[in-house]
Amino acid sequence: MTLDATTLPVIFAALMGLSILLYVILDGFDLGVGLLFPFATPEERDRMIASIGPFWDANETWLVLAIGILLVAFPAAHGAILTALYLPVAVMLIGLILRGVAFEFRAKAPLAHKRSWDAAFFAGSLMTSAAQGFMLGMYVMGLEWTLFHAAFGLLTAGALTVAYSFIGAAWVIYKTDSALQIKAVSWARGGIWGMTLGLGAVSLATPFVSQRLFERWFSFPEVMLLAPLPLLSVAILVLLWKSLRHLPTKGDHFAWFPLAGATALMVLGFFGMAYSFYPFIVPEQLTIYEAASSPESLTIILIGTLFVLPMILGYTILSYTVFRGKATNLSYD
Amino acid sequence: MDAFLLSRIQFAANISFHILFPTITIALGWVLLFFRYRFARTGLQKWIDAYMFWVKVFALSFALGVVSGITMSFQFGTNWPGFMEAVGNVAGPLLAYEIMTAFFLEAVFLGIMLFGARKVPAWLHILATFLVAFGTTMSAFWILVLNSWMHTPQGYELRDGVVHATDWFAIIFNPSLPYRLSHMLLASGLTVAFLIAGIAAFRRLIGDRGEAVSTQLRFGLILGAVLIPLQILMGDLHGLNTLEHQPAKVAAMEGNWETGPNVPLLLFAIPDEAARMNHAEIAIPNGASLILKHSADGVVPGLNDFVAEDGTPLHPPVAPVFWSFRVMVGTGMAMLALSWLGAGLIWRRGADALPRPFLMATTAMAFSGWVATLAGWYVTEIGRQPWLVTGVLTTEAAVGDVAAPMVMGTLMAYLAVYLFLMIAYIGVIFYLARRAAEGKSPTREDPRRDTPIAVPAE
Ligand code: HDD
Ligand code: HEM
Ligand code: HEM
Repeated sequence: MTLDATTLPVIFAALMGLSILLYVILDGFDLGVGLLFPFATPEERDRMIASIGPFWDANETWLVLAIGILLVAFPAAHGAILTALYLPVAVMLIGLILRGVAFEFRAKAPLAHKRSWDAAFFAGSLMTSAAQGFMLGMYVMGLEWTLFHAAFGLLTAGALTVAYSFIGAAWVIYKTDSALQIKAVSWARGGIWGMTLGLGAVSLATPFVSQRLFERWFSFPEVMLLAPLPLLSVAILVLLWKSLRHLPTKGDHFAWFPLAGATALMVLGFFGMAYSFYPFIVPEQLTIYEAASSPESLTIILIGTLFVLPMILGYTILSYTVFRGKATNLSYD
Repeated sequence: MDAFLLSRIQFAANISFHILFPTITIALGWVLLFFRYRFARTGLQKWIDAYMFWVKVFALSFALGVVSGITMSFQFGTNWPGFMEAVGNVAGPLLAYEIMTAFFLEAVFLGIMLFGARKVPAWLHILATFLVAFGTTMSAFWILVLNSWMHTPQGYELRDGVVHATDWFAIIFNPSLPYRLSHMLLASGLTVAFLIAGIAAFRRLIGDRGEAVSTQLRFGLILGAVLIPLQILMGDLHGLNTLEHQPAKVAAMEGNWETGPNVPLLLFAIPDEAARMNHAEIAIPNGASLILKHSADGVVPGLNDFVAEDGTPLHPPVAPVFWSFRVMVGTGMAMLALSWLGAGLIWRRGADALPRPFLMATTAMAFSGWVATLAGWYVTEIGRQPWLVTGVLTTEAAVGDVAAPMVMGTLMAYLAVYLFLMIAYIGVIFYLARRAAEGKSPTREDPRRDTPIAVPAE
């Protein structure tokens, strides 16, 4: 394989996909924790925060990498997508700001202000999740602002928010025990409804957005090869449903399962999306080949990536190993 | 106002807010490493007290730096799509290397640095602290490579109006990088030095007689006293380099209209671009010639050399550059006076007996580093106008096609958030200082102790 104008865009699209996927899963659980804040008592909140404390910053860095790759590898698409999504991007950014700082301020500001910072943490998480969901919907619809598309965007905003809160609850089940864990199981039971509805709505709507997408999904033999995707998703949903009826178990077996299941669903959904849109990066307008930067520059970045990505994965694993096990209260010493 | 002007104001607001926090974290990371190391060597309580206090400020500043940085990376697409389309082949790899070599390093090891003291061996904790400090410095390096390249571009060729990289070594080590990088790193060191001294002085003023306070006062003032002469020297060299590559910027900094010898150094003036002259000048004769050419009759470029045939100016707006430069240099002089006076007092009477007026002045200067840094960046960036990338791309050519009311709306929202966070940030630092002064220092324990202590989740 030679590195040229046909292979490089594919490699970078794959890298970008990987970082978006990692972002959605990793920041998904800590955004979800924020979304669940109103349902938790102040003590439970401290524990929930402690469970994400060492990770949230690195999780958000995957967003920076994803947007960075879009920026550096597909500059033309970057401009087109972000100017079209100007408003939801701003909402998301302000949400991310509120969340990130509330996280620090709530522990350092006078005790009397802590509740307000908790509210800011929730509000920021909600703004971020809803804005991302809205952008997803607009993207699927081809980035055109019509009333119908915006309505679809609102639907996906709701769906992604619920999905994040589900994965957040799954994280809390995994990282905590006793009363909080039991509570998290009931949160997850509520969330799975929303997630099923949301996933269903998006999967059903997507093929009807355009003729091209419809043919992609429903022509023969593709439809046979693709069938495992929805079937697997349904199977995982059923298993999740069942597991939530029995959790938490004695000896804390299977506390990891909801998190793993939710992750698997995200992965499947992601591959569905990738299949739908390839080779477009701006739906129906710009392909990855048309939008890519010059091969020389991409090669320079790729060389660095090949060295650095394994290192990043390595120290990420180190950090998850250091902070493995049930979350305890965090302190700086 | 049109979308172009609003986008510029929005960009300036966002980057100004962002830069405040890296300015603190870049140097504070190294300072924390020093505190941590001193504690490991001496076992003295005062070093771990200092570490515990400043690590909180570090975590807070880091969070603000990260979230405002994320805003920055979206800005290019939302408001300046023309930038990446024209120079993406150079800017892209530089930004990518920043993300890969710096951001992940910081973000991952920050978790271990902040929360891992008891979960990992001491050497790994010190290593994590080192890697965080190293990561922030790497961020600064890569982003300043990009910024310096925008000021003094080389190592590229233009094909159909798009920049293509030809020589990466020339791009990275472009002529203004060494000066800009050293000047910025020193600025960060000074900002932290005065912040530490200022907060310690505040604690002393409200009655904290602890040993940790004296140590921090001594540390901050002496660090400041050592760095400020270096900074002034570096600033001078930076200016000489700018004179070579961007003479119009230097002409605006000096407020000099006509090219010629024996140009005075203006201490005060009101530049008037319409009349193309200054009002109310207070000047030191031959000063500018001496500083820039090292001889009284050295020829200094004037703004009138940078005007098109039809009269449109090709130089940056004069007043903001002129004034920002004076604010920066003025702050630098104030820093010199305060830190040397402080060092002298400490030498004569020790850090325990500093007079009250001096402590008040030190407290007032706690955030002086921010003032000088912002002013310096305004000189640099406004001084580059009308170019975004000198000689390659004008700012106007890069702006995106977004409706003005939309930019206005988001600008207002950002400004409101920033104002609120600014107040909260400074308020919390003083709140933490007050608590520490009351002896409610959040922790008075050895970080390597084994039993957990009840501290609310942080
Ligand atoms: C604590 C902060 C601080 C202090 C005390 C000073 N500076 Fe500075 N200056 C900066 C912080 C800074 C900065 C924010 O870091 C800048 C903006 C971009 C850069 O490279 O450094 C800057 C830019 C900057 C430039 C613009 C260069 C260009 O872009 O072309 C010049 C000529 C100087 N400085 C010169 C000085 C002089 C002569 C000083 C003597 C007192 C001085 N600075 C003090
Ligand atoms: C190192 C990375 C930086 C990059 C890549 C960068 C890039 C840019 C860009 C794209 C613009 C054009 C938009 C505009 O005109 O507003 C700009 C202008 C500007 N930047 Fe920077 N900048 C950097 C650092 C900074 C810093 C640290 C500051 C100050 C705190 C700053 C202050 C400004 C200001 C005030 C303008 C407006 C100039 C004007 O429009 O008159 N920049 N810069
Ligand atoms: C256009 C310009 C800039 C962009 C796009 C940008 C982007 C970012 C982003 C995305 C982060 C968060 C990284 C993370 O997730 O951990 C960040 C943090 C950081 N930035 Fe910037 N930045 C810019 C300008 C600057 C400048 C001018 C400096 C300093 C000279 C700087 C120094 C840093 C440092 C040291 C950090 C580490 C985090 C911290 O200490 O707050 N950046 N930046």
